[in-house]
Amino acid sequence: MSFFKKLKEKMTGKPDETTEKYKDGLEKTRTSFTSKVNDLIARYRKVDEDFFEELEDLLLQADVGFETVMQLMDDLRFEVQRRNVKDTEGIQTAISEKLVDIYRKGEEGEGGLNMQEEGPTVILLVGVNGVGKTTTIGKLANRFIGEGKTVMLAAGDTFRAGAIDQLQVWGDRVGAEVIRQAENSDPAAVMYDAVRAAKNRKVDVLICDTAGRLQNKVNLMNELEKVHRVIGRELPGAPHETLLALDATTGQNALIQAETFKEATKVTGIVLTKLDGTAKGGIVLAIRNKLGIPVKFVGLGEGVEDLQPFDAERYVYGLFAEGLEQEAETLGGETPGEE
Amino acid sequence: MAFEGLGERLQQTLQKIKGKGKVTEADVKEMMREVRFALIEADVNLKVVKEFVKKVSERAVGSDVMESLTPGQQVVKIVRDELAALMGGEAETITFAKKPPTVIMMVGLQGAGKTTTTGKLANLIRKKYNRKPLLAAADVYRPAAIQQLETIGKQLGMPVFQLGTEANPVDIAKQAIAKAKEDHHDVVFIDTAGRLQIDEDLMQELRDIHDEVKPDEVYLVVDAMTGQVAANVAETFDQQVGVTGVVLTKLDGDTRGGAALSIRSVTGKPIKFAGMGEKLDALEPFHPERMASRILGMGDVMSLIEKAQSNVDEQKAKELEQKFRDQSFTFDDFLEQLEQVKQMGPLDEILKMLPGAGKIKGIDNVKVDEKQMGRVEAVIKSMTTEEKSKPEIINSSRKKRIARGSGTSIQEVNRLLKQFDEMKKMMKQMSNMQQGKGKRKMKMPGLDSLFK
Repeated sequence: MSFFKKLKEKMTGKPDETTEKYKDGLEKTRTSFTSKVNDLIARYRKVDEDFFEELEDLLLQADVGFETVMQLMDDLRFEVQRRNVKDTEGIQTAISEKLVDIYRKGEEGEGGLNMQEEGPTVILLVGVNGVGKTTTIGKLANRFIGEGKTVMLAAGDTFRAGAIDQLQVWGDRVGAEVIRQAENSDPAAVMYDAVRAAKNRKVDVLICDTAGRLQNKVNLMNELEKVHRVIGRELPGAPHETLLALDATTGQNALIQAETFKEATKVTGIVLTKLDGTAKGGIVLAIRNKLGIPVKFVGLGEGVEDLQPFDAERYVYGLFAEGLEQEAETLGGETPGEE
Repeated sequence: MAFEGLGERLQQTLQKIKGKGKVTEADVKEMMREVRFALIEADVNLKVVKEFVKKVSERAVGSDVMESLTPGQQVVKIVRDELAALMGGEAETITFAKKPPTVIMMVGLQGAGKTTTTGKLANLIRKKYNRKPLLAAADVYRPAAIQQLETIGKQLGMPVFQLGTEANPVDIAKQAIAKAKEDHHDVVFIDTAGRLQIDEDLMQELRDIHDEVKPDEVYLVVDAMTGQVAANVAETFDQQVGVTGVVLTKLDGDTRGGAALSIRSVTGKPIKFAGMGEKLDALEPFHPERMASRILGMGDVMSLIEKAQSNVDEQKAKELEQKFRDQSFTFDDFLEQLEQVKQMGPLDEILKMLPGAGKIKGIDNVKVDEKQMGRVEAVIKSMTTEEKSKPEIINSSRKKRIARGSGTSIQEVNRLLKQFDEMKKMMKQMSNMQQGKGKRKMKMPGLDSLFK
C-alpha cells in the first residue's frame, strides 16, 4: 500500500480523499486476485515443479517475455527454498512481492510527472502507429483541466490522414486550445509555434502529439529527435516528460520500441493503453526490468476519464485476474460504464 | 537486441550432436527448448507453441531422424516444414460476388490499421482487378475517423460514403450498398469501428452489420506486433462475425510477427495480405514461407535447411548461375536481386541474420541506409535498356546523363559501375571454381580474367 500511497500523493498532491477511495478499490481487487491465485493453489497443494510450470505459463501468456519470466522463476524458487515454503498457502505473498519487486527495482521518485511550478510543463507523446497517442492526449488534457490547469495541445501528427482533426475534436471536447498547421507541414515547426504560444499565453501544460512511427524507420526517428530538440531549444529543460504510448496488446516488440524511442527522445515514462482485461501488457515488466522506464499511466477504456495513474501492485494482480475491467470498476466509481 | 537468434542457439546444440552422429531423445528435447524459446519471443501463442513443439518432437524422435546422415539438419528441417505447413499454402485470392457489388467488411481492434488498410486494399483491388470500389465510413465513434477515410478517398480519387457521426452504422452499411448499386460500384468496403475485444455492444453492432449486408469477405485486420492475445482476438472475431481472411499490418516493423502463426493455427483462416508501410500502395500478398523463416528469425537456419533441401527456387538459381558463368549478368538482373533483398525486410535485420553476424561486435548498432539502396536503384533505372545489358558502352556523356536523371553524381555512377564490374568478376570466379570441382582440374581463380 505504501507504494501506491506515495504514488498517488505525488500524482495529485492531495492524498487523503483520493487515497481512501483507492484503498477501498484495492481491497476488492486484492480479493479478486486472491481468488485467482487460490484457484492455482487449490489445484496444487504442494509447491512443486508442476506448480511453477503453470505459474510460468500464466506469466508467459501475459506477454511478460521469456527472459524476465525465467529470472522471476529462479528468484521465486530461491525464495521458496529460503523461506522453506512447502505448501502453496505460503507462496502467495512471495509471488506478488517478487513481481512488484521486479517492477519497483531501482525506482525512486519516478512515479509522478515532472510538473513545473513556473512556466509551461511540456509533455511529448511518442509511439508507433495506432497505439492511441491522440486519445491519450485527450484524456491527459481532461485530467489536467480537471485539476484546474490550463492546457494547450500541439497537433504534431501532420502525416496521418485525419489526425489533426482528431486532436481538434478532443481539444474542443475538453476545452483546450489546439495549435495546428496544415497536413504534411513540418512537425518541428508546429512544435516551435506551440511552445512559443504556450509561453506567451502562459498555459500550465502543453501536450504535444506526434505522428506514429515504427521504430525501425531511421528517417522518421531522426525527425522525432529533431522535434524533441526543437522543443528543448525553445524552452530549456523541455519536454519535461516524454511519454511513450504502448499498446497493451503488443508483444515482445514493445521492448525494442521502448529501447529505440528512449534513444531518440529520452523517454521518461510509459502510458500503457487499451488495457482491457484480455490484453495484459506484461511486457512492461520486462521493459522496467531491462530499461528502467516506469509506467506512469494506464488507459483502461474509451471514456474521457479512463486514464489512471499506474499502480504496480494492482497491475501485478491484474496479470492473474481474468478481467481487468472488473477491477477498473472497483476503483471507487472512477471509471464510467458498467461493462 | 538481447535476443540471441534461434540459429545461433540451435547451431550450438547441433555442434554437440554433430560430434555424436546420432540424435537422442535428450538431444531433441534440448533443441526443442530453444525452439520453444524462439517462438515465445516471437509472440507465438503459448498454447500453439506447446502443440507445435509436441508435434515436432514426435516427428523428430522418430527413426527417420536417428538413421539420417545429418540428424541435426533433419530436425531443423522438420521445424521449418511444420511451421510452413501451419502457416498454410500460398496466399489465396479475393472472393468476388457473382452479382455485384462485392461487399468487404473490415473488422479489428482499435489501432490495428483498419482505415488505412481499407484504403490500401481498395487501391489494390482497383489496380489489380480493375474494380470500382466505394468506401463506406461506418466508424462513427472515433473522433475524425470519417475524415481520415475521406482524406484517404481523396488521395486515391475514390468516393467515400458517409452519413456523419449521428447515423447508425447498420444504416450506413445498408445505404452504402444501395448507393453502390445506383452508381455502379462493384466493390463496397465497410470500414467498421475499432473495438476492445470484450466490448459486447460493439460486437453486437458488428453482428448486426454482418446480418444486414451479408458480406462476401470479412477481413480481420491485425497488428503484426500483437502479443499472446492475438489468438484470442482472432478467435473471438471469428466466432462473432465469421472472418474469411486476415490482413497483417505494420509488418514493415521489426517484429517477428508470431501473431500470424497464432491466428492461423487457432482459426485456420488464411492470412491474405500484409501491410508493409504507410503509403497507400504498401500492401502485399502474404507469403507464408517467408513468414515462417521470419518467425524463426534466422538466416543461418534457412541456409542449413537449404543445404538439406536445396530445391528452393532451383530454376531461378540455375539461370542466375548460368548468367554469372557466361558473364551475361546485367543491371536488370542486379535490380531484380535488389528487389528481392528489399522484400526480405529491413536490411539491418537481414544483416543480423547472416551466419556468424551475431558474433561481430557492434552489429546491433549497424544501421543500413535504405536510402543508399534507393540511390543505386535510381542510377540503374536511369540507364537505357542497352546500357543495362551492356554497361561497357557507358561513356562519360552517358554517365553525365545518368547522374542527372537519377539525381546523383557522376562519382556515384562510377562507383556503382565499378562495383558491378567487380561483382561480375567475382561471381565468375566462384562459379568456375564450383564447376571445376571434382570434374576437372581446378582452374586458378581469376586467371582467365587476367588475359581479357
